[in-house]
Amino acid sequence: MPIDILSIDNLYFRYNSLDVLSDISFSIKAGDYIGLVGPNGSGKTTLIKIILGLLKPYGGKILLFDKDISTFSEWDRIGYLPQKMAAFNPRFPATVSEVVAMGLLSKKSFPKHISRSDYTAVDNILELLGIKNLKNTPIGELSGGQQQRTLVARALVNNPEFIILDEPTDALDPEMRDRFFDIMNNLNKKKQVTVIIVTHDMGNIGRYTSKLLYIDKKLIFYGSFDDFCKSSEITQFFGEYAQHVICHRH
Amino acid sequence: MELTEFLRYGFIQRALIAGLFIGILCSTLGVFLVLRRFSLIGDGLAHATFGSVALALLLKMSPLYVSIPLVMVCSLGILKLTERARLYGDAAIGVVSSLGVAVGVMLSSIAGGFNVDLFSYLFGSILAISNAEVVISIVLSILVITVIIFYYNELLSITFDEDSAKVSGINTKFINSIFVLLTAVTVVLSMKVVGIMLISALLIFPAVTALQIARSFKAVMVTASLSAVTSVVLGIVFSFFLDLPTGATVVLINFMLFISSLTYKRFIKK
Repeated sequence: MPIDILSIDNLYFRYNSLDVLSDISFSIKAGDYIGLVGPNGSGKTTLIKIILGLLKPYGGKILLFDKDISTFSEWDRIGYLPQKMAAFNPRFPATVSEVVAMGLLSKKSFPKHISRSDYTAVDNILELLGIKNLKNTPIGELSGGQQQRTLVARALVNNPEFIILDEPTDALDPEMRDRFFDIMNNLNKKKQVTVIIVTHDMGNIGRYTSKLLYIDKKLIFYGSFDDFCKSSEITQFFGEYAQHVICHRH
Repeated sequence: MELTEFLRYGFIQRALIAGLFIGILCSTLGVFLVLRRFSLIGDGLAHATFGSVALALLLKMSPLYVSIPLVMVCSLGILKLTERARLYGDAAIGVVSSLGVAVGVMLSSIAGGFNVDLFSYLFGSILAISNAEVVISIVLSILVITVIIFYYNELLSITFDEDSAKVSGINTKFINSIFVLLTAVTVVLSMKVVGIMLISALLIFPAVTALQIARSFKAVMVTASLSAVTSVVLGIVFSFFLDLPTGATVVLINFMLFISSLTYKRFIKK
């Protein structure tokens, strides 16, 4: 019986006097591959930040690996890719290797020293993402897609059990986008890694994810992609021809 | 006078030794400050140092012993203002900075003015550094650099992306507190080399020089340290032989190194 990786009950969050999230309740089991979707401003990134302990909810209960988020400390089990635009200064004077190696710090105790074997793990993940030849290149000299792959590598290098990716295919070309989804699919199917991916790429969500979580300040839909395609919500939120375009039903 | 003769002077030896340690310290910390867009904290804490020096002179105590704890408290105050009062970093620095200057001017007025003593702290007096001050500078520099080495990867991670650093389990509040305390100690120690008015130059210049030409973070740290050491050594040498104020000479050499790195980046690298 798969365990609950994440359990959220009646989550409520506001910013200044504005309700950002309310009545959010759902749980994610080990091995789930969740597509988190919603219009701009719907609270997707806020929800992610609350799950990761970056923001404190105003109400509700959050359990991560069955532990209350306020006392959770096993961050080495989690990989995180923030939204690229907010993530970093693109002219930061670090090489690809130096950036990816930061992803290994969660497993380290004080003093957090990066060893030679750690750099082997870095090389391996860079090879998987097709950027090993760029490992000594400063991140500021990379294209947008290469920078994004560097950040993806940083999220994956620690072999996390639970990965949260906020718009990971932003700036990736179609070939790299497919390769990225293949990599995530392999991690999910073969290594039972639990994935939440925030994306606007509805086509690939349908191909790969096991469940769709649709929010717009509240929980609108949570279930399989097939059920979403048969639901009234798809027309309400995506328009009349959504089934043809997103679900490929004619 | 030959260089070997010049190096035999005790005050030159003390100036070079203390200057080297403080230069490396400032450049190392300065890289993190510049990348975190927190460069102005050097100026802010320098102004706070002005207030603490005035207090020390009024109480007839050593400015170093009074300033270090007081400026450390001010640095934590800046951090708390940004966290609790939700001020932007530059506003929090401005609050503490102006308070430091006001206190310094007030105390100076109460004491009927401090003339030469206060002037030397404003503009630096590395050539007048005592043995005790050299020992304190070396010990504190080694301590600060050791802490930076131990927390190097945490500082790098927070500087690159603080949210991701938090998610990886790094106690960012603790590291940020350590960081501002180290900055406070560094600013007070630098007072002797370039003076309160020019401390931020010693923090910023080596870092921005290195950022023009270095191609990895480790290379930035090494290049910044080399730049700082070069400016301090040449600054002391030129100021002695040309009878110039040492602090200002160090800063001007820093500026020339920065222009050189910009030129190298613009014309030679391309």
